Amino acid sequence: MQLSDLHAGDVAVILSLGSSALSVKLMEMGCLPGEKVEVRYKAPMGGPIAVNVFGYVLGLRKEEASLVQVEKCL
Amino acid sequence: MEVKHLKKTKIALLGNPNSGKTTLFNALTGLNHKTGNFPGVTVEKKSGIFSHQETEIEIVDLPGIYSLNFQSIDEQIAFDQILFGENGILPDKILIVADATNLKRNLLLITQLIDLQTEVVLCLNMIDQVEKINRIRAPHKLEEILGIPVIPTDARSGFGLDRLKDALTIQHPISPKRFYSPDPEVMAIADEVRKTLNLHSPYAGFLISANLNRLTSAVDLPKEVRTACEAQEWNRIQAIETVDRYAKIASILREFTLKPRELSQNVSRKLDQILTHPISGLAIMLVVLFLIFQSIFSLASMPMDLIEGFFNTSNEWFKNRLPKNMVTDLLIDGVWAGLGGVIVFIPQIALLFGFVALLEESGYMARVSFITDRIMQKFGLNGKSVVPLVGGFACAVPAIMSTRTISNQRERLITLFILPLMSCSARLPVYTLLIALAVPDQLIGGVISLQGLVMLALYCLGFFTGLIVAFVMKRFVPEDGQSFFMLEMPVYRAPQWKNVAITVWEKSSSFVSGAGKVIITVSVVLWILASFGPGESFSKLNEAYEQSIVQYPDQTDVHNKLASARLEHSYAGKIGKAIEPFIQPLGYDWKIGISLITSFAAREVFVGTMATIYSLGSGEFEEKELKEVLKQEKRPDGSPLYSIATVLSLLVFYAFALQCMSTLATTWKETGSLFWTLMQFVAFTALAYGSAWLVYVAFS
Repeated sequence: MQLSDLHAGDVAVILSLGSSALSVKLMEMGCLPGEKVEVRYKAPMGGPIAVNVFGYVLGLRKEEASLVQVEKCL
Repeated sequence: MEVKHLKKTKIALLGNPNSGKTTLFNALTGLNHKTGNFPGVTVEKKSGIFSHQETEIEIVDLPGIYSLNFQSIDEQIAFDQILFGENGILPDKILIVADATNLKRNLLLITQLIDLQTEVVLCLNMIDQVEKINRIRAPHKLEEILGIPVIPTDARSGFGLDRLKDALTIQHPISPKRFYSPDPEVMAIADEVRKTLNLHSPYAGFLISANLNRLTSAVDLPKEVRTACEAQEWNRIQAIETVDRYAKIASILREFTLKPRELSQNVSRKLDQILTHPISGLAIMLVVLFLIFQSIFSLASMPMDLIEGFFNTSNEWFKNRLPKNMVTDLLIDGVWAGLGGVIVFIPQIALLFGFVALLEESGYMARVSFITDRIMQKFGLNGKSVVPLVGGFACAVPAIMSTRTISNQRERLITLFILPLMSCSARLPVYTLLIALAVPDQLIGGVISLQGLVMLALYCLGFFTGLIVAFVMKRFVPEDGQSFFMLEMPVYRAPQWKNVAITVWEKSSSFVSGAGKVIITVSVVLWILASFGPGESFSKLNEAYEQSIVQYPDQTDVHNKLASARLEHSYAGKIGKAIEPFIQPLGYDWKIGISLITSFAAREVFVGTMATIYSLGSGEFEEKELKEVLKQEKRPDGSPLYSIATVLSLLVFYAFALQCMSTLATTWKETGSLFWTLMQFVAFTALAYGSAWLVYVAFS
């Protein structure tokens, strides 16, 4: 599933990212395969989501979050 | 006296956003700043100078970045400055600031810089935020691993700054460590690029190859090198580089720990539960925005009245003491009054930038961007457009200046373009007078004031038209780079008052020295237009007016009539009459024409000019009286001039027209583009004219 599919409070592990310029940027900002992500909160009306990753909170749009393949932790 | 020759060194300051870079810059340089633009773009360049141990150190503050690979203009500027330098001169050293509480992510940029084989000094900032036990050992261990000097600091309290200054004055050996080397095939291409461009490190060749397709600066490469370079899948290569570097970084961090104290992160988490909540978060944001608007609107009015009062009094004072001639008039009524017109903006600029700095410093601005991104994006705007838009309801001048915080150039341009459509406080006196003329003072259903409702409608008209214009512009203004939103939500912090004060000071002084010059020049021109006229009729009237003041000081009626006649025969009056045929379709006569011209100095001048033309004097007059006079005014055919149609048409004209030279001067300064300044003026004048005509036709 994609990072954009998660709900607030969900925890997941990053599996892979695409190979676009934006996925490089995401990786540089710490969204690496194997990293744990936790969805902290979401903006109203389908706006960006904020995830805790790599020791800080990163806000990103759904379009960007959909580049990140994750596996949800139960 | 012996002149001491200081050794000079130039340092580029680099670091992740939110690493305390600005605080460090301010702590090192104090108020010794120069602000300008980076060559070719309107991204703010700040540099500061300080001396330490017989060395004069110049620091250039580069935009905050996470990696040397770039996407946005900000990131490209940092890239250009590090790889190509300014005018071909590279900085002597790079000072990199890292947030000690998130060293892992900061190390990506640090290792990239070391691989460039330049002289790097690492400032390990916010050291007070990590657990005590790590503070001593970690910097030493890092020095050993990275091969560069590492200075722990807390820029907020000033801890470690002296040691940092020492480190900046000494020359350090280039670190022998390397953290990444690409595979041989890529390496060969990067090396070709390095040789052709005569770069000093293989990694510099790699970086330029990897970012070649986005690079706007001219890089002269032989065709076969360029082709070989463009054949590579750079995104994939960069992804490998990133994974590689972070693997190295993970192994570095296994050798020692730097554990952040949990406290501030937990507090932030709790605060975010309220501040980013779909309901309470939105409500709090609206309250914050309203408070900002309210304070710029009303809090600023007291100092503004004081400034205006001071300039009026000093004007009189000078006039009574200086010889009466044209030079005196020019200096006092033209230049001195023009200066007053510049200074009067400072309270609003200071307040808006005080708030912007507070929001940025505390970390709340990132949340405002986050919450509003979706809706703003629909209109080609940015989450950071919200505060400028709110500020625009008070005054477009500081609001346009505050769009600098928007790093996407297209979104910034659209934001500042539509800002003059927000009804600013200078329109209020115009609206009040005109509404009182045409709209009956009655309540609808005994509660809602009809006049208030019209006022509200005018505010909404400007705002929603602004959104429509933004929506249209989104289709025509070319994108710069890919639009994306990846924003760190920093930990909430108490704002640094020193940083807020420095921001306020810098913005106020750059306004005075930048847009201020244009404003004074235009106000002198407008003054000349209203105080001089062609031919004998003007000079006779002028003489009669001046004589009447001396001979019959009590006959204000006579003075006012003569002042009115003088204005009619001045250049401004002539222009007003000349444009009458063009504004007649809107229902206006030449008297309104004159007021349209003079109110270019500031919209509220409309009211004062009307009073002068209708012989009510230019200083103290009763607004009620003016209203009565205007109501009596008839057209040649006997119908009232200020009919509902005329008044509504004027209201719509003022809601849309860019009747403000200060706004235009600021747009010019902030975009650096005469094209966009003229576009803004022409577009909104056309919009005002067309809409006012439609309204006049519809209501008459």
